Amino acid sequence: MSPLTAAIRKEWLEQVRTHRLLISVVVLVFFGLLSPLTARYTPDLFKLLPNGAAMAQLIPPPTIKDAFGQYLKNVSQFGIVLALLLTMGAVAGEKERGTAAMMLVKPLSRGAFLGAKFVAIGGTVAVSLVAAGVAGYYYTMLLFQAPDPLRWIALNGLVFGYLMVPVAATLFFSVVAKSPAAAGGMAFATLAVLAVVGSIPGAGGYLPGALLGWAGGVMTGPGTTHWAALAVSLGIVAAGLAGGWWQLTRQEL
Amino acid sequence: MDAIRIEGLTKSYGAVRALDGLDLTVAPGTVFGFLGPNGAGKTTTIRILTGLARGGEGRAWVAGALVTAGQRDVARRIGHLAEEPAFYPWMTAAELVDYVARVFGLAASDRAARVGELLELVGLADVGRRRIGGFSRGMRQRLGLAQALVNRPEVLFLDEPTSALDPGGRKEVLELIERLRGQCTVFMSTHILADVERVCDTIGIVAKGKLVTQASRETLAARYAMPVFELDAGPGSTDQLARWAETIRAAPWVDTVSVEGSTARVIVHDTTIAGRELLPSALRAGLMLIRYEMMRPSLEEVFLRLVGGSGHP
Repeated sequence: MSPLTAAIRKEWLEQVRTHRLLISVVVLVFFGLLSPLTARYTPDLFKLLPNGAAMAQLIPPPTIKDAFGQYLKNVSQFGIVLALLLTMGAVAGEKERGTAAMMLVKPLSRGAFLGAKFVAIGGTVAVSLVAAGVAGYYYTMLLFQAPDPLRWIALNGLVFGYLMVPVAATLFFSVVAKSPAAAGGMAFATLAVLAVVGSIPGAGGYLPGALLGWAGGVMTGPGTTHWAALAVSLGIVAAGLAGGWWQLTRQEL
Repeated sequence: MDAIRIEGLTKSYGAVRALDGLDLTVAPGTVFGFLGPNGAGKTTTIRILTGLARGGEGRAWVAGALVTAGQRDVARRIGHLAEEPAFYPWMTAAELVDYVARVFGLAASDRAARVGELLELVGLADVGRRRIGGFSRGMRQRLGLAQALVNRPEVLFLDEPTSALDPGGRKEVLELIERLRGQCTVFMSTHILADVERVCDTIGIVAKGKLVTQASRETLAARYAMPVFELDAGPGSTDQLARWAETIRAAPWVDTVSVEGSTARVIVHDTTIAGRELLPSALRAGLMLIRYEMMRPSLEEVFLRLVGGSGHP
């Protein structure tokens, strides 16, 4: 077994033993289930309110497109929160506690140490998205109609690509920062800047946020592909990992 | 080939010079006590030798390999136990040792045996399946030793291995270190002189980032410690003893005189004159001595003399 494989095994075990995987799955499954339910029953919920019947009449009848929209919004938003929480202490916490020093005097390279964390956290996000996708698919089928499975997989694949950007960015800041809280703060600020820049007309199509628009279009009809946004997202992920590795190799522990 | 060789090593943290041209050699198979007051540069030296920090000028070799930060060549040959070892609290002791064994690339068939052997060695075999989060400080230190020995290191670095332990824990860890004698070179930093006296065969004293001296414990005592005479005047003679101490302090062959209760401790420059003058002087002063003894100089006296009376650089 190579040191990298050993480190990935340890990181995955940590995701399981510390219940990070379980919590992540539960959160995303909850919102995966809730999305079609919210889309389907929002008018009915309004009817329960005083004078709600009149308001409910103003809401157009729910469609499967509303379920897709809710799903994308919920899973991407809570996915980002989970990505930040799962990643911010990955390196900063180990440096703070001293476990990084314990392991990095052994023949475990700093690249393998960092890479293993990315793989394990990426795995947690992927497993959670698969579970959320299955739950969302099932409830959408029950409450509306069965979505095209291949398109549904493509939608979740694009959401996964979108969520890997905050994972890589937070991992970079977890290397740079002295504490998990500082890493989380820096990553949050960076993502906020990306979101603001993404709202500028013309620029948004090149940034990770466009992947969600692409994902929505996959389900609701002929949408726009955003290959440039995908390339930029992959570039941010690669830059985050390379920058984190470069920083970590220069740090004293 | 030396187990460790350091030539003119420097390290600065801003304006603070942690290492100031440190030169040191450690012979293979010895238990080397790296002794110095707090802030002398002991931990910095270990951090550089293990690749956790970078040195400034100078060079160092461990087990024949040149030390550079983040090196893996040296990493395969050493073991390291930090002053306050940190572990993953969710792991069991056996899982931690197994993880380290995987990182060192031990085959699956050897791993289980090595994990069992090491947990047995450090006395944690019966709690191998318990989570580390619930371990006491002494258990953590012993687990730290187990993980540092997984690869049968040529050189084992121990940074203040007993400083945070209670007397029982200290005894256990020192016994473990004694058992390693001859199996690998142990480089142990500490400021606890009693530990050095107990387990180390060679001692290097460091102060202000420089090696002050290096020798076997016996050589060091013979070379640096001045002879000590102890006189016990018995109860009731305290005032008389104090008055005599004041007069003898002025003698040119006396270095220092300390009085504690009814016992006076006289450190002298010249044993011959002291042997001739000290006892008659005490008798002339009317002291009824119940004990008069020339003591073996302690490592503490050598240490304090070499690094300054306060023990601080």
